[in-house]
Amino acid sequence: MLKNSFILAILIAFSLIFVSLFISYEGNDELSNLGKYYAENGVQEVGAQNLVTSIVVTYRGIDTLGEVVILFLTAAIIGFFLKLSKKDSKNGKRVEKLREASEILKTGSQALVPLIFMFGMYIFINGHLTPGGGFQGGAVIATGFVLMMIANPVQKVKHGVLAFVESISGFSFVVIGILGIVLAGGFLDNHILKLGTFGEILSAGAIPIIYSFIGLKVGAELSGIVGSFNEIQAEK
Amino acid sequence: MEYILIAIVLAIVMLIMAVMAIHNKKLEVAIIAAGVVSLFASVLYLLLAAPDVAMTEAAIGSGLSTVIFFYVLNKIRKNNA
Repeated sequence: MLKNSFILAILIAFSLIFVSLFISYEGNDELSNLGKYYAENGVQEVGAQNLVTSIVVTYRGIDTLGEVVILFLTAAIIGFFLKLSKKDSKNGKRVEKLREASEILKTGSQALVPLIFMFGMYIFINGHLTPGGGFQGGAVIATGFVLMMIANPVQKVKHGVLAFVESISGFSFVVIGILGIVLAGGFLDNHILKLGTFGEILSAGAIPIIYSFIGLKVGAELSGIVGSFNEIQAEK
Repeated sequence: MEYILIAIVLAIVMLIMAVMAIHNKKLEVAIIAAGVVSLFASVLYLLLAAPDVAMTEAAIGSGLSTVIFFYVLNKIRKNNA
């Protein structure tokens, strides 16, 4: 009873905070100064058709680097803890047989997985033209990986390959950023390549390359997380 | 106008599913309900003209996190049995 009234009091306090925020909120009819700058100069300066991408990769590129680092740390910590539990059970390692997936799921996944991988790559290669980008493409690739894991649970995940792809793409991302300092205006400046024709696939300077590396990195990290979760299923 | 109607229906279904995710006794049902909340949220983001966020929500919120919840649930059940 006391606990419930305590929870109720906290909820009422929260709602008071949000009500005051909601009442004092005033919508803007026009963009803020920063938003106006991006909307007016983004096309000429960066040359990406998708304005969100030009902000995420170029204007706020260093934030993207931070996000990628956070994701990397998450994947590393999950891998570390799941590895520890594996070592504990090594003395009496009883591997259980997992139930096989149904025929429909197996056949369907054979048809769908390549298509999902291709769609993910399409998203991050076209990140500067259409909605989406490296993170979204990487997440879609990881969902394809999940389907592969569910259809064939005994499959061994090649963590070496995933770690290789991840570290190479992370390294290349930083190298391109530093090349931006040397050859162009600053860290992750996309002018190290020619801007090209607006709206074509090879345009917007280095953005397609940077986004492809981010996509590969995110895809490899998320696939690695799902793969390690799948591996511990067979242990008892 | 149709957008508003669709959005209201989506929001109502999301609320129902969220309550179900909290109060259902079966954990599988709760996980699926939480995934449905994410899936409908992604459609709502699409209606609010944020396709990037919709893509992320559909792939991570309703795809990956649901699967990871199931993996963890399976592992916990096995350890307790």
